[in-house]
Amino acid sequence: MATHMTLHDAVSQFVRDGDVVALEGFTHLIPYAAGHEIIRQERRNLTLVRMTPDILYDQMIGMGCAARLTFSWGGNPGVGSLHRLRDAVEKSWPGPLALDEHSHAAMANAYDAGAANLPFAVFRGYRGAELAEVNPRIKSIACPFTGERLAAVPAIRPDVAVIHAQKADADGNVLIEGIVGVQKQAVLAAKRSIVTVEERVTSLDAASPNACILPHWAVGAVVVVRGGAFPSYAQGYYPRNNGFYIAWDDIARERDTFLAWMDENVMRKGPDVFASQAYRRNEA
Amino acid sequence: MPEPMPETYSPDEIMTVAAARLLASSDVCFVGIGNPSAACNLARLSHAPGITLIYESGTIGTRPSVLPLSIGDGELCETALTTVSVPEMFRYWLQGGRITVGFLGAAQLDRYGNINTTFVGGTYGRPKTRLPGGGGAPEIATACQAVFVVMKQSKRSFVEKVDFVTSLGFGSGGNERWRLGVATKGPVKVITDLCIMEPDPTTKALTVVSLHPGIAREQVRAATGWEVNFAERLEETVPPGREELAILRELHARTRAAHGDGR
Repeated sequence: MATHMTLHDAVSQFVRDGDVVALEGFTHLIPYAAGHEIIRQERRNLTLVRMTPDILYDQMIGMGCAARLTFSWGGNPGVGSLHRLRDAVEKSWPGPLALDEHSHAAMANAYDAGAANLPFAVFRGYRGAELAEVNPRIKSIACPFTGERLAAVPAIRPDVAVIHAQKADADGNVLIEGIVGVQKQAVLAAKRSIVTVEERVTSLDAASPNACILPHWAVGAVVVVRGGAFPSYAQGYYPRNNGFYIAWDDIARERDTFLAWMDENVMRKGPDVFASQAYRRNEA
Repeated sequence: MPEPMPETYSPDEIMTVAAARLLASSDVCFVGIGNPSAACNLARLSHAPGITLIYESGTIGTRPSVLPLSIGDGELCETALTTVSVPEMFRYWLQGGRITVGFLGAAQLDRYGNINTTFVGGTYGRPKTRLPGGGGAPEIATACQAVFVVMKQSKRSFVEKVDFVTSLGFGSGGNERWRLGVATKGPVKVITDLCIMEPDPTTKALTVVSLHPGIAREQVRAATGWEVNFAERLEETVPPGREELAILRELHARTRAAHGDGR
């Protein structure tokens, strides 16, 4: 049942050391503010799940939150490598990071299976691909009707899913618009969930009866964090700061510049800074 | 700046233009970021206005005025015919067989069109250079009716054997795709900054079918990690036209202005 909370309390109550945690948002609506709160509260030994671990997971990995990463594409989109992810994989800094690597199709199907309360996902995938040989969680199964060999991966069932959305009403019903990614599936697959939103409204005013809505009884904590997806974006509210994604390459390349940036911009700040950053300009 | 002469173009530009020309208005195209995105949008803005561009973020029939930095930029959604969830994208549209061309790039490509975007050097568990990974590509490579690969050619990237098969091309050649249960055509075109390659009908080894103007066979050999085959009827790529270059350059200029450098 949805409960309106502060970000500090939501993370403090819902995210525990050692949890399987999925922060989703496919380029759009990435829950940066919530991720930063997890970093500030120094959660450790997390299994981080995310289709596209981009800058947010680079930050969480570099700050030592993660022991394992379940993912399907780990780069800075359009820019290049995630240097903190690479440092963890190649040099075990700040600690070793185990990988559970899949393709997008596998992750999307695995979330879908989790939301549907199924033990695994089945799909036509990985044919001729070597990932299936190095990841023991990728198996194959015969169709019971035709015998066709199909790929199978375990359902994703996070302890906690964290997403960002546009609006929530007083009851905690949540509206997601634009590129909806895999967020609905992630929340429905998880035991607990935190949804940060741009604003709390009296009515969701969805543009269509088919709008993507998570009803209040399917949601855990609801937290208003204006700008909480910055430097990614919230369709209809503020644009993606592509310039920051480009700038991150320099910030994250070396350990000391990364740590200095995190100290200044995450450890010494709270979620309140997000609103001014996100809404500061409309990149004309 | 004076208008550049139509015959002056960069290796990147002829690669993008040659790739764009392979697309038709009737195509439904799964677009990768970077060079594939530039080629697909150039096609849409020039000879193939009816083409349907799909990005794995869920946007179908998108018409961006600038190239997206990521597969999920806001403009892709705002200009799309519809936007669907990521599970729907991979289940209904890609796996459902409703996409004619998958347009991919690669870090490494081998003579049978197998793609590596996972790691280079070392082993999977102990890589020398860890790359982003497969993303949508493993299934794009097998579920789209055909695959085009666009990437710059060098000995580092065009290798005898990829360090890791992230996405299937023709495997070890011949009919291996078919033996693996894959019925789609695979990488039927590889477009580089030097030439265009197609698989040999029998062995499936990539064969140079067209050299870009001014490119010698020796240059292609020097930039390829395997012994290159050339088609008996080797063609010369038609150079980019004035209008194609103008559209491409305007697209890149708008893109640079939109994304900034982050400082």
